Amino acid sequence: MLPFDQILIQTVNGLVNGMVLALVASGLTLIFGIMDVVNFAHGDLVMLGGFVGAITVASTGSFTIAFFVAALTIAAFGVLLQITTLRPLIGRDPLTTILATFGVSLVLQKYALWQFGPSARVIPQPIPGQFDLFYLQYPWYRVGAAVMAGAIIGALYLFLKYGKYGIWIRATTQDRVMASAMGIPVPWVHTGVFAIGAAMAAASGVLFAPLAAVTQTMGSDFTLRAFIVVVVGGMGNLGGSILAAIFVSLLEAYASLVVSPAQAVIVSFVALILTLLFRPTGLFVSTTR
Amino acid sequence: MLRLSDVHTYYGKSHILHGVSVEVGPGEVVGLLGRNGVGKSTTLKSVMGLVQPSHGRITFEDRDITGIAPHRVAHLGIAYVPEDRRIFRLLSVLENLRTGLDRPGVSEARRAVLLDKVYASFPVLQERRNQLGGTLSGGEQQMLAIARAMMLEPKIILLDEPTEGLMPRMVSQIRDIIDRLHQEGVAILLVEQNVGLTLGACNRCYIMEKGLVRHHAPAAELQADPSVIRQYLGI
Amino acid sequence: MSAGSSAKGFWLCFAVVVALLAVAPLVLPEFWRRFLTEILIWGLLAMSSDILIGYTGMVSFGHSVFFGLGIYGAAAALLIVSPPNLWLAIALGLSAAAGVAVFVAYFATRLRDIYFAITTLVFSQIFYVVIFTWTAVTGGENGLYFNQPPLGIPGLFSLKFSTESLHWFVLAVVAISYLLVRRITQSPFGMVLQSIRENEPRTRAIGYHVERYKIVSVMLSGVFAGLAGVLYAIQNKFAAPDFVFFLVSGEVVIFNVMGGIGTLVGPFLGAAFFLLLREGLSRFWSEYYLIPLGIIFTAMVIFMPQGLLGFLRRRLNQ
Repeated sequence: MLPFDQILIQTVNGLVNGMVLALVASGLTLIFGIMDVVNFAHGDLVMLGGFVGAITVASTGSFTIAFFVAALTIAAFGVLLQITTLRPLIGRDPLTTILATFGVSLVLQKYALWQFGPSARVIPQPIPGQFDLFYLQYPWYRVGAAVMAGAIIGALYLFLKYGKYGIWIRATTQDRVMASAMGIPVPWVHTGVFAIGAAMAAASGVLFAPLAAVTQTMGSDFTLRAFIVVVVGGMGNLGGSILAAIFVSLLEAYASLVVSPAQAVIVSFVALILTLLFRPTGLFVSTTR
Repeated sequence: MLRLSDVHTYYGKSHILHGVSVEVGPGEVVGLLGRNGVGKSTTLKSVMGLVQPSHGRITFEDRDITGIAPHRVAHLGIAYVPEDRRIFRLLSVLENLRTGLDRPGVSEARRAVLLDKVYASFPVLQERRNQLGGTLSGGEQQMLAIARAMMLEPKIILLDEPTEGLMPRMVSQIRDIIDRLHQEGVAILLVEQNVGLTLGACNRCYIMEKGLVRHHAPAAELQADPSVIRQYLGI
Repeated sequence: MSAGSSAKGFWLCFAVVVALLAVAPLVLPEFWRRFLTEILIWGLLAMSSDILIGYTGMVSFGHSVFFGLGIYGAAAALLIVSPPNLWLAIALGLSAAAGVAVFVAYFATRLRDIYFAITTLVFSQIFYVVIFTWTAVTGGENGLYFNQPPLGIPGLFSLKFSTESLHWFVLAVVAISYLLVRRITQSPFGMVLQSIRENEPRTRAIGYHVERYKIVSVMLSGVFAGLAGVLYAIQNKFAAPDFVFFLVSGEVVIFNVMGGIGTLVGPFLGAAFFLLLREGLSRFWSEYYLIPLGIIFTAMVIFMPQGLLGFLRRRLNQ
């Protein structure tokens, strides 16, 4: 029989990891939903955000400043990236965007290695202290990170639903052609959404950094997991990605009670494959669109 | 005001428009008739920039707009109401209207005025303003599509088969809307299968066949001599 | 150009190229000899991927699985059976690759485009994790070392490979593979594959059983990729999880794109171009060579989507 308290602890862990992953996946699904781009370099944006955040914290001592600096810098970089590599590919086979973003991913990973060196960076936890969770001393920060991630996603949701540009984004996602015919500057909406996605990725990187170190290769890991989440949740479906992120993270957390963490990752792979076989539009998508 | 000169357009490898020349003056209601597949919709799409002409010119108020991006065409004062309406199904009625209303250079007050005007013309839209576009009936969606275009305060509206699939009662409502727009000085380029409606609403008509304009006459003349219509449309 | 003269032209070119490649190791220094052999092996791998990408229109990020299984399959044969037997290594490597290819083929028929690409990527990661963590069987991170088998038929003769003779063996295998694949892609079967790539629904509507063609396509692709793995194992006497990591698949796709998809020869050019660039760039950039290389690749995707071959063809036609 599995110990009850271990299961509860893993539930909390799963929720925390799930929220951070949800933040990454939301950006990815938003980008895919609006411009059919599968951003292979998304995880590397998380990584860059983590590094920029770490460096800013080291020089300013403030987590908050680091957070905003990272988000804004990576957003700006995202704009540059979208304009130079993705805009020329509009109208071409969508697989070219996978290839192009894959190339970008390689460059970013090596660039990070070059600029930041091979050692991992850490950000000290901005919310110190722990509380008693059963037999463990559970860091407050973990809960804080999950709450922050949730708040950002909530803000995104409100922005999309009620903001002026939210309507533009939603209209463009639904029908790019008619949105353009209504005077909405679609190419700029695309750039804007990419920037938002990049900023969210960077934010996840900064939130994630105090939980585990930021390494140059963590990008691929995040990208892969975010893909899995986005597919399981339904591509382009924001609510679905969030639920899927939590679902997949919980599965992995429970699995790591039985197998090593390195192998627990297979659980999410299996979830993906099962989803693709039986419910290819996504597990959390209602069948009426 | 709007002029197409010898426009050729391809869809992939298909040569759809073989040199279309059409003109619409300010405030005119001009019809574009023809059988299915002759290129009527493609003509409208070429004006709107939704397809790129390979040859020829399109000018609006003496400004060359051939092949420019659709959102810029819209800003110049050309609005488009497509076949199948294509309203934003997951946006509410009000949000659909706002896609045209939220433009630079339009004050809050002006927006409120425009909205009231449209609600007055289309009371059913006011009733359903918070409902999702996809839940409206066919006729209501058509009205929303036209109302949405009106939010752009256009100088000319490109109307593509507005009465398709509508009940006769709604068809006459569309006719009223077209007349009302004409009274306000908005020009209309109307593509339609409903010959009676077209001849009644328009000043003059072009008739297309296989990607070319074959005939051009005032509506009255076409009404007087139905043999021309029969020749090109087989009706 | 009549069919007769273009066929003659092809064979002439082919003979010249093979002759050059055969002679090369005799005049090149040791390092470049091995380098050339590696280009052939990676080229074979990329060509196998071209069957899927260029001819059937399915981008796969999973070729590292077939490649890796070819390596580990050969490794198993060379470690378990003594004295090490070349043919057994080939057989085992190919079977392992083919076995997985069946599995992947099943998914190929159920998924399209992006979903297929992502799934193959996930597969390669699953295998990576399995191989990485199943240390007892696969040696885990450290990999497996084994001996190079001699070229021979048991009981008749046995010749130890030298760098040159290994190169000729690889050249022979690759050349035959190329001719085989070329024959297949030019056959009616190959035409159907291309039709699937151009317009799958229409091909289905005409009446072709698209699923069956896709399955065969994946199997072919997997088997030749496995063969490349076997050759690699024989050349390097080393197997490691690194070869199953999805980045290898990514590199393979890079070879395809750089060289020109759907050309069979393109992948070889692409592999050569990439490996030469890597050699050259690492002189100045050391381990950061991927930065300029990645930029070049991305630029090629955007500006030279037909790859080097397409670019050269257009130049030559002008």
